[in-house]
Amino acid sequence: MPATPHLSLSLGPLLYLWDGPKWRDFYFRIADEAPVDHVTLGEAVCSKRLHFIEPHVAEVIERLEAAGKKVSLASLALVTLERESQLVRGLVRDSIHPIEANDLSALGLLAGKPHSIGPLINVYNGATARLLASRGATSICLPPELPMASVSEIVRDAPDVAFEIFGFGRVPLAISARCAHARSKGLVKDNCQFICGDDSDGLIVETLDRQPFLVLNGVQTMSHTCQSLLQELPALTAAGISRIRLSPQDCDMVTVARIYESVAAGLMSAAEGLARLVAAYPGVPLSNGFHYGQTGASWIEAPAGARHGGERWQMR
Amino acid sequence: MELICPAGTPAAFREAVDAGADAVYCGFRDETNARNFPGLNFSRDELKTAIAYARRHKVMTFVAINTFMRAGQEKLWHDAVDDAVRLGADALILADFGLMAYTAERHPQQRLHVSVQASASNADAVKFLVETFGAKRVVLPRILTIPDIARLARQISCEIEVFVFGGLCVMAEGRCSLSSYATGKSPNMNGVCSPASHVRYREDGSELVSELGDYTINRFPAGEAAGYPTLCKGRFDIAEERGYAFEDPVSLDVMDHIDALRDAGVGALKIEGRQRGKAYVAEVVSVMRRAVAADATERPALLSRLRRLSEGQKTTSGAYEKRWR
Repeated sequence: MPATPHLSLSLGPLLYLWDGPKWRDFYFRIADEAPVDHVTLGEAVCSKRLHFIEPHVAEVIERLEAAGKKVSLASLALVTLERESQLVRGLVRDSIHPIEANDLSALGLLAGKPHSIGPLINVYNGATARLLASRGATSICLPPELPMASVSEIVRDAPDVAFEIFGFGRVPLAISARCAHARSKGLVKDNCQFICGDDSDGLIVETLDRQPFLVLNGVQTMSHTCQSLLQELPALTAAGISRIRLSPQDCDMVTVARIYESVAAGLMSAAEGLARLVAAYPGVPLSNGFHYGQTGASWIEAPAGARHGGERWQMR
Repeated sequence: MELICPAGTPAAFREAVDAGADAVYCGFRDETNARNFPGLNFSRDELKTAIAYARRHKVMTFVAINTFMRAGQEKLWHDAVDDAVRLGADALILADFGLMAYTAERHPQQRLHVSVQASASNADAVKFLVETFGAKRVVLPRILTIPDIARLARQISCEIEVFVFGGLCVMAEGRCSLSSYATGKSPNMNGVCSPASHVRYREDGSELVSELGDYTINRFPAGEAAGYPTLCKGRFDIAEERGYAFEDPVSLDVMDHIDALRDAGVGALKIEGRQRGKAYVAEVVSVMRRAVAADATERPALLSRLRRLSEGQKTTSGAYEKRWR
């Protein structure tokens, strides 16, 4: 089985609201056991949630760095209030760790400082990637909806920046000023009682025909399916992608990381990896349609040339 | 305040000019604009004629090139910019940083407006776009309250345009992949949302079911008017609750807040609806022209007339009022 060289794993920011101790223990275990080189942490979805994790951030960073992980801090994805602007300004001004920009305000404030670009910044072409690189971006996690054809072009077009792909997790699809999660429980955003914390892996939105479709995560709407580009790792590496982002779900992320590590190293077939992934994150169908320029929710069998080893993996 | 009016066809364009628009916005007939619908938009020749007509009536033409350039096919977007500049567009409405950089470099004299699709929702974001690309105006995403806008206006050096009437995005614009998740086609990449090509209606007993791709977006019992299955305005089940999870099938109407918007520092009011017919455009623009000029006593009668044009739909002030959140 061919190895997949020069591919590292990164852990994206936890997008759900977990209570402080659960959040801390999750990252402690990542530090101790997960084969990821890079961890981006911090609250990206809703500024109201920050106080849940703040008491634990310092000890988590210390533990991760002691384990040899590179740590970045995520900025907020949606900044509308003065308080939120101040938070982003403070983060950019005071952080001794690199920042991942997730909105245009962070992007502007980070000019001239080395930083990374999160998947919610619209990088759809090489010209944009080059512009961001010229302003100090050293890595870019491309938007999850980008098809492979665009990914290849962008990487080729912007050789001075490292590229990361959203390789595992429910896909953040939209963000709103309105909190659909609070609304679903008869509340509004300004008096939400942190109700999104009740759903540690998102709140399922089903169609009227009881087909699971999306999940709510506070002001963010995510896919019900879990995007997995496990069988596409060789093609992504060949295209020049250097990092695969694993987006934390409420499942055993250490196992998930080990599966990606094994498949990337050629020690496990993609088919076996996918079977183990389904076992590690039960009840959540996998998707990869965005990668093939198809419906994002769909599952597409990788072309034979892109697969290594193993029998054909049937999703459903 | 300027009135910025939509035109999806040359006929609607002329109606908007005649009805009193200060500027008409439109796009080319391809994926470079965010209303890439069959039968809509302008050829180069049509735009040339439209701009000449607008000029004779001292009306400006804004050209929306506000999707994101597809990697490897940037020429389509570059050509759109070059041609719009050559044909005399008064402003280009752009969303993609790469395209903004191209425009600022190749056409430094061209007036550049930031599309709502760029999602510039705060002062630091706007400053970034002004400093990096020389943007002269920002169209704000429909996620800010009027006090938010007033605070923003005090901190930035460019003009502010806001949507006041017509369709309403529930999600932050330019940051939504719901449509491509269900259909493979997105606003950012293809200039479409919940595209008609993926819509189906079917009868199930006495109910009419609307579908987008493989997903049921709504079910209408007999007697209930069936709406278009825009994904974020569908009915869904969440646990035991059934309803409009994100937003009811409403349209935006903040004309009651014209004075507050003016006081907040808004310089231009934008009407959504490039997909609408010329009769609608003519009526909305002429009533809004008078409503903007009217004093507080005359305005309510004009606005009630405007409301009838929302085709029986409910309207909302959306995020402009804090309670919407």
